[in-house]
Amino acid sequence: MAKKLMKGSEAIGEAAIQAGCRLFFGYPITPQNEIPEYMSHRMPQVGGTFVQAESEVAASNMLYGAAGTGERVFTSSSSPGISLMQEAISYMAGSELPAVIVNIVRGGPGLGGILPSQGDYFQATKGGGHGDYRLLVLAPWSVQEAADLTQDAFDLADYYRNPVMVLGDGLIGQMMEPVEFGTERKPVRELAPKTWAATGWKGDRPRAIINSLFLDPEVLERHNRKLKAKYDAMERDEVRVATYGTDQPYDLLVVAFGTVARVASTAMEELVEEGVRVALIRPISLYPFPYHQVRKAAEKAKAVLVLELSCGQMVEDVRMAVAEKRPVRFYGRQGGMLITPDEAAAEMRAVLALRKRGVHHG
Amino acid sequence: MAEALVFSRPAALAPTPTTYCPGCTHGIIHRLVAEVIDELGIAERTVGIAPVGCAVFAYNFFSLDFQEASHGRAPAVATGIKRARPDLIVFTYQGDGDLASIGMAEIIHCANRGEKVTVVFVNNAIYGMTGGQMAPTTMPGQIATTCPLGRDVSLAGYPIRMVELLSTLRTPAFIARAAVHTPLRAIGAKEMLRQAFQYQKEGTCFSLVEILSTCPTNWGVPPAEACDWLEHNMVPYYPVGIFKTPATGDRAPRPYGAERER
Repeated sequence: MAKKLMKGSEAIGEAAIQAGCRLFFGYPITPQNEIPEYMSHRMPQVGGTFVQAESEVAASNMLYGAAGTGERVFTSSSSPGISLMQEAISYMAGSELPAVIVNIVRGGPGLGGILPSQGDYFQATKGGGHGDYRLLVLAPWSVQEAADLTQDAFDLADYYRNPVMVLGDGLIGQMMEPVEFGTERKPVRELAPKTWAATGWKGDRPRAIINSLFLDPEVLERHNRKLKAKYDAMERDEVRVATYGTDQPYDLLVVAFGTVARVASTAMEELVEEGVRVALIRPISLYPFPYHQVRKAAEKAKAVLVLELSCGQMVEDVRMAVAEKRPVRFYGRQGGMLITPDEAAAEMRAVLALRKRGVHHG
Repeated sequence: MAEALVFSRPAALAPTPTTYCPGCTHGIIHRLVAEVIDELGIAERTVGIAPVGCAVFAYNFFSLDFQEASHGRAPAVATGIKRARPDLIVFTYQGDGDLASIGMAEIIHCANRGEKVTVVFVNNAIYGMTGGQMAPTTMPGQIATTCPLGRDVSLAGYPIRMVELLSTLRTPAFIARAAVHTPLRAIGAKEMLRQAFQYQKEGTCFSLVEILSTCPTNWGVPPAEACDWLEHNMVPYYPVGIFKTPATGDRAPRPYGAERER
């Protein structure tokens, strides 16, 4: 397939279709309405189903029901809507159902705003709903990567029988870039047949009961440990991270994800031209977080700067990775305000200037 | 003369003792649903949806594939399953707290979209599993653990009549109310369930059968008395019958003011 100029939202929707998903359940919320709108006209063209639910609560429970039949299922929403979906997301994690959920994050808390934010990092990576579970969380920084990660998300959801979240923001959703969908795409993992699906019992297999209720505490503990083993496998096998400029000596390591990493890379190019020694590491999988890679990269620097569109969420994981071996400074914008390349460059210079004066930042 | 088997457990009913209290009518309703599924020959393509409530373990009591829904969301889960696999027969089994309180939005919109699923709605006018709290269907003056002086309609409003509410929707549907506290009523309930599943089997419309049920444990009355209480208190307020069929169509608008004079 040739390259096509597409909006991020449309590329995400098309990626779901290219991944073989034929079921979308959603509810309108800004700034991601282009995804359900795209699905509402594309699904009928490919023999798929689009349902506009009465709420995000219902949409996510439709997702849960449809996932129980073993079909590939997809929804998208934005922060307040994702909060409403947490019930079904927890049930899907507990019942071990695959699903792909896109969160085009907006400013919060509460009704917040409609402009880009990364304020849902905690919710996405630390569980989100009730109970002891994790989502695999992938954060794209370009339209092409949004399309690629969305397709991978379906494979990973099926492989782990766990919901996978693609975490973007309004910039990813709105910007237009060339996208290419490979024609010979292979699943990123070898996928087993879905013998667990509830599709009517004919007596040729055990009855399929899609369920997350285990009243016997010993049984529930066994179930929790089974889920934990999957999260351990994700932490071992699914870490995705990109580094920029780490093959040269550097004084400052910048850590950022998604669109902020893109801004940081622009700022970095400017500084490198000036001879400032700076490198960038970009977590692509937010859960599992690349602790090891961040620690190794930080050890080669004199200081670390974390940039986020929040009051500081991923920075906690960075601090855990760096384990106080290097000073970690945070700079963030909130409420839908963006970090400009100039602002990012100024922060990078400021951290290095403080280092020269011997001032430590915690 | 050859022996003929005239009574046995329906194949769709699992050979598992239920966890329901003595005198509770869930067991009868389970059996009627299972008999209808057997008689229509649809067991091998049926997926049931268990609710949160006393019937939370329904997946243990039917020999069918099942999915457990969160509280109130069974109609949304049913929508997902049916849209994913229209060839399946999908039914939810829900209580009154589940369907008429926390799941009000899901049931209304499922019915209004005309999802080709069947809802078995068991109304016993109380929250059973959580221990007898007031339900949206609790009768005026009826005592519950969260209305110890009886339901005060000036504060809690009147009991919600779901069948009447759903019958106002324009979308074609089969909507009925039944009871099972006497053998004759139970025969009527089975006939309504049969029609409900038949409509789904033919892909015609959404179908819902409300079934009035007793809860001797939480009503605090012995089983036989509970049947009398249901007859004298619930049946007059929740009349039994077929309220809407796909042929019924829309309600005629009622004339008002000047219109009425013409």
